[in-house]
Amino acid sequence: MLSPTLVLVLSFGYLLLLFAVAGWADRRAAAGRSVIGNAWVYALSIAVYCTAWTYFGSVGRAASGGVWFLPIYLGPTLAMLVAWVVLRKMVRTARAQHVTSIADFIASRYGKSPALAGLVSLITVVGIVPYIALQLKAVASAYQVLTVPLATAVPAPGPWWSDGTFYVALALAGFTMVFGTRHLDATERHEGMVAAIAFESLVKLVAFLAVGAAVTWWLFDGPADLFARALADPALAPLLRLEQGQRFPFAQWFALTLLAMLSVLLLPRQFQVMVVENVDERHIRRAAWAFPAYLLLINLFVLPIALAGLMHFQGRPVQADTFVLSLPLDLGWQGLALLAFVGGLSAATGMVIVEAIAVSTMVCNDLVMPLLLRWARVARRAELTGLLLAVRRGAILVVLLLGYAYYHLAGEAYALVGIGLISFAAVAQFAPALLLGLYWKGATRLGAMAGLSAGFAMWVYTLMLPSIGKSGWWETDFVAEGPWGLALLKPEQLLGLTLLDPLTHSLFWSLLLNVGLFVGLSLSRAPGAAEASQALLFVDAGRGAAQGQPVFWRGQAQVADLQALLARFLGPARANRLLAEHAASRGLAADLPLPADAQTVQFAEQQLAGAIGSASARVVVSKVVQEESLGLDDVLRILDEASQLRRYSQELEAQRQRLEQATAQLRAANERLESLDRLKDDFMSSVTHELRTPLTSIRALAELMVDDADMPAVQRQEFLRIVVAETERLSRLVNQVLDMAKIESGHAEWHDSELDVAAVLRQAVHSFQETLRERGTELRLSLPVAGQRPLIRADEDRLVQVLLNLLSNAAKFAPAGKGRIDVRLQVAPGALTVEVQDNGPGVPAAQRELIFEKFRQGGGDAHRPQGTGLGLPISRRIVEHFGGQLFLRADSGQGACFAFTLPFSDNPTPAPPEATAGAKGDFP
Amino acid sequence: MPARKPHDQSGQRLLALFAAGLLSLNFPLLALWDHPVTLAGLPLFPLALFGLWALLIAVLAVWMESGHGPD
Repeated sequence: MLSPTLVLVLSFGYLLLLFAVAGWADRRAAAGRSVIGNAWVYALSIAVYCTAWTYFGSVGRAASGGVWFLPIYLGPTLAMLVAWVVLRKMVRTARAQHVTSIADFIASRYGKSPALAGLVSLITVVGIVPYIALQLKAVASAYQVLTVPLATAVPAPGPWWSDGTFYVALALAGFTMVFGTRHLDATERHEGMVAAIAFESLVKLVAFLAVGAAVTWWLFDGPADLFARALADPALAPLLRLEQGQRFPFAQWFALTLLAMLSVLLLPRQFQVMVVENVDERHIRRAAWAFPAYLLLINLFVLPIALAGLMHFQGRPVQADTFVLSLPLDLGWQGLALLAFVGGLSAATGMVIVEAIAVSTMVCNDLVMPLLLRWARVARRAELTGLLLAVRRGAILVVLLLGYAYYHLAGEAYALVGIGLISFAAVAQFAPALLLGLYWKGATRLGAMAGLSAGFAMWVYTLMLPSIGKSGWWETDFVAEGPWGLALLKPEQLLGLTLLDPLTHSLFWSLLLNVGLFVGLSLSRAPGAAEASQALLFVDAGRGAAQGQPVFWRGQAQVADLQALLARFLGPARANRLLAEHAASRGLAADLPLPADAQTVQFAEQQLAGAIGSASARVVVSKVVQEESLGLDDVLRILDEASQLRRYSQELEAQRQRLEQATAQLRAANERLESLDRLKDDFMSSVTHELRTPLTSIRALAELMVDDADMPAVQRQEFLRIVVAETERLSRLVNQVLDMAKIESGHAEWHDSELDVAAVLRQAVHSFQETLRERGTELRLSLPVAGQRPLIRADEDRLVQVLLNLLSNAAKFAPAGKGRIDVRLQVAPGALTVEVQDNGPGVPAAQRELIFEKFRQGGGDAHRPQGTGLGLPISRRIVEHFGGQLFLRADSGQGACFAFTLPFSDNPTPAPPEATAGAKGDFP
Repeated sequence: MPARKPHDQSGQRLLALFAAGLLSLNFPLLALWDHPVTLAGLPLFPLALFGLWALLIAVLAVWMESGHGPD
């Protein structure tokens, strides 16, 4: 037991710390260095889901039901699996529509209906007040556990003015007012508050893990020891099993999972931190897994603490709900007990603060303001900012006092766990209208109203009333017997449905009726213009650019009226600044009057929606402008125009891309043409150069003979012989140029047939034999054994041309008198190779590729050989035409070795029989 | 404006994970783990529940952090 003063000082000290954290975050935000622009902070703030109910109640539940505390955390994990799809859509839509609460979201979706907004707010208040009471109760009992000796009777709370819990509620109201309603923001974001909540999430996680670890490793010898001892106890062992001695109620397991799955999106505080306070939708990526991971961590030690408590307090009347505190306290770990208390305080205060902000926003915007604005005296007031803030603050105070009243009157009667689930079931009623409305354009206001009302009524009848009845305020006869004794109307066994537990039963009937009416009535009548236009904005949220969003408004307005309206709710300075920003965002000059068109009206309405909710904003805007009511046809037409605009801009973009592609292609083609042009110029100049050399010598000799009529006949004969030789060279050159041009242009004629390369080789070598003998050069021909010479398909004349070219090159470079040329034919899989090797000087490495270019000859200028410089390029083209390659072997040793490959024709026929006679043999 | 992908495969992948999670954490698949056995001293059933849970979170974390999901 600890001194009450110590606990009180610690509690208020902790609240002051929260103030400091929130104030620090607000100052950072004002300085432009936001702390909540961080995905981790966002994920931690979502952990406001874990309230005192988790902190204390999970252990209580685990102590009686084993793993039954888990569905409440598995459900949110499942929901977060699709957060990137569903939650992101909610965030995008809420941002585009300046939505400030879940009531606003639903009302806005169904044509900004004030009635729907009011209904959702009402359901929220009724459903959430008990939940707030539960947090106050948790703080109060935690305080008692610390300050009253264990297992003694807890004194009943005194009158409210002497009850510490009352002052806790007031302190929380104060905190919430300071950080929740300091100013009216069009986005309704609260940096300081979010930072404080994230901090609290960290505190409660650390505190709970500390208690869990201490119990597991100090009190016991690790988890294995703890579980072994629990399993040895026949009373505890079943807690670790699925079927605890009876058939496992899977329907209830599923219902709890579903309930928690919906609640994590629909509870007002969750909507507040996840949707309204989201600053960057990319944060969802991290939060989607980090928040479930947080849930897993904080639940890791629930079973160990519950089992440890049951074993430790065996026989003593200590409530399992308090094990987190009473275990460390009873073991004398006072510091740990205080830490655990601060953790519980974090869990409770975090929930109360965010919930109070969210609920007060709804109460103010959707319940109080619509009534006040109807009141002429208020509607005429020039300045409403102060009034709005006062209403907000009043709503916060009222919500907390309601929570306190509920706790004071009924709190003692019911365990923590029950109250939480009742609230979950209330907000689950929003699921059809909100989630289906996000994806189904046909959903209507009528369907949403009817579904919500019926679901809520069913919830009241089957869950709320029986729970109040059980708390002793009420005759319980109607629960047990049914109203007026009608058994079919028994609230927990409606129409005789006895198979389900009360919660599953209520959830089933309320959601069945809710969805049934929602879908049925939506289908019965087409949505009106306002509903249809909002449906389009919600369902298609995030598709296409913001500029492409259609504006569903038509009428006449004065900018001055809109400005005055904005000034009344947001203050004159902010109104002017907002309109200037709007003008700038549309690219309009600041000094020109703003056009009073649909876009401006929509902008003003959205800014107001951020302050007073979309439904109220719609009402006040419609009072200062002359609107033409839009029919469904108009909505469709406007939508058509907008989508046409979007299509035009998409087409424009596509055109631009096509144009860029075409330009790139043209540029490439042009570059290729230019390089070809350069090649052609080079070729022409080479050809003329080659033609000029023999022409010059012919002309010189002819002139000599003309000038000198007395030239001796022998010399004249010699000159004429040279002239003839040069002429031959000229015609050879011209022929080769023509040949090259024909091959390159693809106009050459090819007479392909099946050839035996060995025979062609023999023939070519034979016809060249004479020339070689004159130069004293020896030639050796190596052919593979017969049968290994598959046929190839080629033009025989062309092949001979290639061979003669290679042979004449070899002969040219082989040293006179002791030259040697080797011609080899080799067969490899798929192709055969012909090699022609000489024992000349070889080709320098630098010229290996150059010699295959036109008019480049090997050997250097010093002893430029006879030839046109076209032989090798033509040969290479020919070989390439046959599908092979002509190249110079780099590793040929002495001399030059030219080789070319020829692929076999597709269906080789056996070599002709006579070729077998010419087995590998040497030619002389 | 980039053209929308014809099939939002990554969004469908998340939905598939959701379906897998819903199935594995409910009847009848959950009953598969209900045996009076311990693994490293820990009772199988709670261990399996936490294990499945951690697995779902791990897969989601890998996908989310590696930029999967529709843009």
